[in-house]
Amino acid sequence: MTGELGQLSLCFALALALVMAVSGLMGTRPADFAARRIAAGSAMGLLVFVALAFGTLTYAFIVSDFSIFDVASNSHTLKPLVYKISGVWANHEGSMLLWVLVLSIYAAIVAGLQRGGERLTSGALGVQGLVAAAFLLFIIFTSNPFLRLDPAPFEGAGMNPLLQDPGLAMHPPMLYAGYVGLSASFAYAAAALLVGEEGWARAARPFMLTAWIALTCGIALGSWWAYYELGWGGFWFWDPVENASLMPWLIATALLHSALATEKSGAFRTWSLLLAIAGFSLSLIGTFLVRSGVLSSVHAFASDPTRGFFIMVLIALAIGGALALFAWRAPTLQGGAAFDVQSRETMLLLNNVFLVAACACVFVGTLYPLVLDAINGTKISVGPPYFALTFAPIFFALLLLVPLGPQLNWKRGDLKAAWRTLYPALGLAGIAALAMVAMVSPRSVAATGAFAVAGWLIGASILDIRKRKGARASAFAAALAHAGLGISLMGVAGTTLWRSEALTVLAPGQIMTVGPYILRFDGVTRERGPNYIADRGHIALMDGGRVGTTLLPEHRFYPAENQDMNDTAIHTTGWRDLYLALGDDRGGGRFTLRAYVSPLAPLIWLGGLVMALGGGLSLWGRLRVKELEPKPAAPATALAAE
Amino acid sequence: MNAKKKRRLAFAAALLAAGCVLAGVIVYGLGQNTMYFRSPTDVADKQVSEGVAFRLGGLVEKGSVRHGAGADVRFRVTDGKSTIAADYNGVLPALFREGQGVVATGSMDARGTFVATEVLAKHDEKYMPPEVVAALKRSGRWQEGSQ
Repeated sequence: MTGELGQLSLCFALALALVMAVSGLMGTRPADFAARRIAAGSAMGLLVFVALAFGTLTYAFIVSDFSIFDVASNSHTLKPLVYKISGVWANHEGSMLLWVLVLSIYAAIVAGLQRGGERLTSGALGVQGLVAAAFLLFIIFTSNPFLRLDPAPFEGAGMNPLLQDPGLAMHPPMLYAGYVGLSASFAYAAAALLVGEEGWARAARPFMLTAWIALTCGIALGSWWAYYELGWGGFWFWDPVENASLMPWLIATALLHSALATEKSGAFRTWSLLLAIAGFSLSLIGTFLVRSGVLSSVHAFASDPTRGFFIMVLIALAIGGALALFAWRAPTLQGGAAFDVQSRETMLLLNNVFLVAACACVFVGTLYPLVLDAINGTKISVGPPYFALTFAPIFFALLLLVPLGPQLNWKRGDLKAAWRTLYPALGLAGIAALAMVAMVSPRSVAATGAFAVAGWLIGASILDIRKRKGARASAFAAALAHAGLGISLMGVAGTTLWRSEALTVLAPGQIMTVGPYILRFDGVTRERGPNYIADRGHIALMDGGRVGTTLLPEHRFYPAENQDMNDTAIHTTGWRDLYLALGDDRGGGRFTLRAYVSPLAPLIWLGGLVMALGGGLSLWGRLRVKELEPKPAAPATALAAE
Repeated sequence: MNAKKKRRLAFAAALLAAGCVLAGVIVYGLGQNTMYFRSPTDVADKQVSEGVAFRLGGLVEKGSVRHGAGADVRFRVTDGKSTIAADYNGVLPALFREGQGVVATGSMDARGTFVATEVLAKHDEKYMPPEVVAALKRSGRWQEGSQ
């Protein structure tokens, strides 16, 4: 029964999405009030039916209804409840349904808030309806999660143990909130092109912020998961799937900055529209890369060519349609407002140039192997050194400029005044650089540079916060987000430059050293988890002859999936991680043990969290004071505080 | 030409120059850092020069895995037609098993042994790296539905 209910809900949802698309687009006509009401109503209805379908599928996973193919091939009765639930989106069909669920939540919020006026909202709903309808068609025809299996098997096939993890249970919903959030800015941008409305940047701002926060958290979660789950000690591998989430983040960051200028001073009008289109296009391309099976990764659930083809057609229609609309309508819009060379706009322009260039490097490095394979079947891969050579210097140059922007006024700024505010931060940067030269041997240009820039970023943020003392909370958002960049930079530099690693075969009672730590291997015990059997290593962290902490890395075997997995043990002081992975059984109680010491590693994710908090502060300020703020015609001096 | 136009022109020129530099760096970076994927048959047929990094993919031959002293491991990678011996010093991924798919990064040494710097195993039993599937198909050892 549940399967049929879900199926029916999907069909109703598709019908409502089509109604929403048509009525929403009709509602952009000035006097068509009825169409606008229908569009808003169908947005609510869409949410109800998609949620019903999603709830039905979740229920089927919880009660292990193996008569549904998707459940039978991805779940197992012995799986803990939380992974039964996260199993809903840990497979292709369910994750696509989650995509549409997130989209319909955003659409309902767009309809509920009616930001930027009725016509703009209606147009945005129309575009969201088109996107929802396309994805619902994709689900119903190529990825139906409610297909039946007859006879129903007695037991399910289980789920990839790598995905049975709390970090990864939350990773897809976060990332989707980001990807699909960009669809809301995209919808507003397309609506603005249709209606000719000026206020879209302001109307879409909360959605851009939400998307950016979610993307930031989603990327941080994914990187944290790769760090502790894959057992290699790395936090970023330049894997195409990681790049697929990084590219929309880079463009979303550029969009946040450029749209702020559009809203506050009227600069970059058309450019912001283009970025909104590019951001969602990259989200779609990311979905394609991850879901179509063209890439070898843990994410590639499906290698059904019809799915890849369908998504490709969808991408072509979305990007092509949006760009055609842009080419047709953009020339009719008012041009961007002028600004001085010394102004915040100039800094935001440079921000955008660097971010887009960085994104271009990642884009080429990610897609070049696919294009080459498609052209002549040559199989190549682009390694991390490419990204270190191209992406890193561009991003580094961007970081150098970050502190200047918030200190310059809109339209006409004063670099000398900015300098008077910022020179103590340069002092902090100098101290950090000197400390690196004095403490680190051999001397490292990279470490010196990285910590100097981190000092510059964090110092400037502190100065900015001090300067704005007493302002409303959202005025500190930029300072917080920029400080987060500095914090992450220290973590990245520390782990990359100073990581030590040791690899030894140990018999019980033997000692190994790694970095400043002395470890004693106390043997392995056999443990039983809910759905796995584990070899649990007991490793004592020696502290001056006494046993301090005991670390318990595991090597797990999941019988249902017939698969092995490492569960690493991490001991952190907050400044330094000791990271252990239990390797192969070498007979006679001997095991290989891999240990890493990663200085400053926790700062990578702390920085991400601080960035997200900065975004959250800005979002909170936006939603709270939305009625109080004046129209964007206020004089430049009053806006400088923003 | 007025001042505004002049500035726009200067900006466009600067942007163009920056774009050229970017394109140059990207092309240079790609030239330096791409690695070919080769099957054991590719390695056997074509002369692969010593020390040039590439990715080797195939199946871990059954009964070929030997542990040496410390973390040394030797195994053979096969696509059914040709077989290449591989050396690795490190911990194999948890998913590494005899008879299953593997992709390793490394280069050939003077003795014709593949020295791996990194070994990746396929992620789960349902899933095979696409490159390995393609290599097995080319050597005629792939059966649909066998995996």
